[in-house]
Amino acid sequence: MTSADNRLEDQPGLGTDATDAGSAQADGEAATRAPERRGRSEARARGTRGDADRGAAPSVIRARALTKRYGDVLAVDHLNLDVRPGEVFGLLGPNGAGKTTTILMLLGLSEPTDGRAEVAGFDPTRAPLEVKRRVGYLPDEVGFYGALTGRQNLRYTARLNRLDRRTTEDRITDLLAQVGLADVADRPVETYSRGMRQRLGLADALVKDPSVVILDEPTAAIDPAGVAEVLELIRSIARERGAAVLLSSHLLHQVQQVCDRVAIFVSGRIVAQGTMRRLAEQVATETLQIEVGLDGPADALEPALRAIPGVRDAVRDDHDPRVWRVTGARALQSRLAAELASRGVGVWHLRRVGDDLDEIYMRYFSREEAGNGRAA
Amino acid sequence: MAGQPEVTRTVAEPGPASRVPGTDQDRRGPEARGGGTGMLARVRAWWAGDGERSPGGGWRVVADKEFGDHVLSIRLFILIAILGLAAAGAIYSTTTYVRANAQQATGSPGLFVLLFSAQSPSSQIPAFATLIGLLGPLLGIAFGFDAINGERAERTLPRLVAQPIHRDDVINGKFVAGLAAIGLVLASITVLVSGVAFFELGIVPGPDDVARVATWVLVTIVYVGFWLAFAMLCSILLRRAATSALAAISVWLVLTLFASLLTSVVAGVLSPVPTNASLQQQVANAQLQLDLARISPGELYSEATAYLLDPTVQTVGIILPSQQTSLPSILPYEQSVLLGWPQGVALVALTVVCFGVGYVAFMRQEVRA
Repeated sequence: MTSADNRLEDQPGLGTDATDAGSAQADGEAATRAPERRGRSEARARGTRGDADRGAAPSVIRARALTKRYGDVLAVDHLNLDVRPGEVFGLLGPNGAGKTTTILMLLGLSEPTDGRAEVAGFDPTRAPLEVKRRVGYLPDEVGFYGALTGRQNLRYTARLNRLDRRTTEDRITDLLAQVGLADVADRPVETYSRGMRQRLGLADALVKDPSVVILDEPTAAIDPAGVAEVLELIRSIARERGAAVLLSSHLLHQVQQVCDRVAIFVSGRIVAQGTMRRLAEQVATETLQIEVGLDGPADALEPALRAIPGVRDAVRDDHDPRVWRVTGARALQSRLAAELASRGVGVWHLRRVGDDLDEIYMRYFSREEAGNGRAA
Repeated sequence: MAGQPEVTRTVAEPGPASRVPGTDQDRRGPEARGGGTGMLARVRAWWAGDGERSPGGGWRVVADKEFGDHVLSIRLFILIAILGLAAAGAIYSTTTYVRANAQQATGSPGLFVLLFSAQSPSSQIPAFATLIGLLGPLLGIAFGFDAINGERAERTLPRLVAQPIHRDDVINGKFVAGLAAIGLVLASITVLVSGVAFFELGIVPGPDDVARVATWVLVTIVYVGFWLAFAMLCSILLRRAATSALAAISVWLVLTLFASLLTSVVAGVLSPVPTNASLQQQVANAQLQLDLARISPGELYSEATAYLLDPTVQTVGIILPSQQTSLPSILPYEQSVLLGWPQGVALVALTVVCFGVGYVAFMRQEVRA
């Protein structure tokens, strides 16, 4: 925790390259922006509460200097992690960051090279069965026995957990209904779509009524409409069951709204950790980029834009000549529209490119890559 | 897997709303729950058992599920069809021969077991036991070649090993389920052949005969179990099921078709036989060939089969005229078992070693690819 925070403060300002890349990504995400905003403010509100609760509950997932080395490659590098009951913790990072390796070590399915872990009160290396009895796990790209029905697959999991058969049947039926698979519960899984399998995987992770739930890329392969449902379910796992949820994802935009706290995980190391709000505060930079759609001749607009105080750069969009990207001081965000109006320029579109979230993502992900480049 | 009887169960099962806890739940037996309509489903439910009623190792749960899969699988029906056809051909040829020579055959001891092991001199079709020796490996390979890499390909392995079972429960359970399926196939075919002998020829087996055939089935299960273990080893080491099946089948074919060629070449190099070779040289060469051949499980199995299913066989090794003794021509069961004991033990050892290698490889493997 503390070491990650220190590292966070050490980060210098956001580079221009990162901002450009961030805006490119932001364009792609523009369609889903509105609901995310709402979700984020909720996450912030919860995050504050989470901070207040912090001292009370002991963490059920705890990792100290957890390290995994494959030959010369350091897959996980001295990882420290704490997840408390009732909390959704997001382990976010690009593919190949070591997220799945970390999860496998927490489950006792992979032996750490160094360091310790404790999950649900047990050491996964020494008492893997005790850990696995209490942890629901949704693997990355979860698979099921295609010839068996969804219900039979869950039943198998229940039997492997030596659960009482009578109560299990009801729980399986409830879980299948919860994940929206009640209608197809008795069809062979080979007829399921990938999204349905993913949801069945969530039900599968909950069959044993776990106190710790570990979800590896829970929203991958699910369509946008389904993502909201799955996230709602994940939220309820933590809120209603009081389970600690650790989820890993490379899709920060999708999962950040349900995460009470997140850790940005890059190249086996946590580069930042905390609530979304705190992370956003830490990365708040001096410069920002705004996308504006303006009416008028290009030759006249460019000097007009550059004349506004605080504007450092103004370039036309490659695809739409009427759209400009303005880079400048943070204060510009509130002033730009008024300044343009006072100069008689008609503004028909105005959008901030690369919000806090993108900055978080791009800053840490791109910085780490740049750092690696220098090292090599 | 053929037939999904559970699909029809939605009709029979009341919805969650109509459920009254503690009343209709308790009345419904396990048959109604795990149920289904078909006989196979009932067999399966019986095997699957209940978690709380049969608290065993995790391997039991895995074995239950795998055996259920095997019993309902298309590959089981294909194998029964192939082996059944082979058995029918062999037994038809043998019974025809026995019937034609009924005069000499009547009252001759061990006639029942000879139905399994004797080839009609006038027929091209090998004896039943020989055919099982040839085709048995296929049975083992069929139930093992995708044991582990199939789970990997379906991406069910991470989910499976994340359940509270030991990792070796996976491989142990699968091996036991495979052995059970093999036993089922072999036992049913053997019973079929015995039935033909009983009804077509009116041969009633004595206790000695039954013991011989039962022991032979046991040895056959071990022999096929070797190939099951070998196919599982391939499925652990090789990423793709197709490659694994191909590897296992290649080894089987090489051992079946070229084993004698290989042993004679190697023996020829190590213990050459010149044109004017002495008796000692010839015997040494033949002995070496035999020893080399005994590395192959097929050779061990056929020797054990010869002892068990032919009471007149006193040795499968090399005997010189001077070594022939005046032992009784028909050996009792115990004596035959004693003679075949080394072969049986060697077969078990080969199977255990093969399974052990796979076991260690599997335990050391990463869950992820």
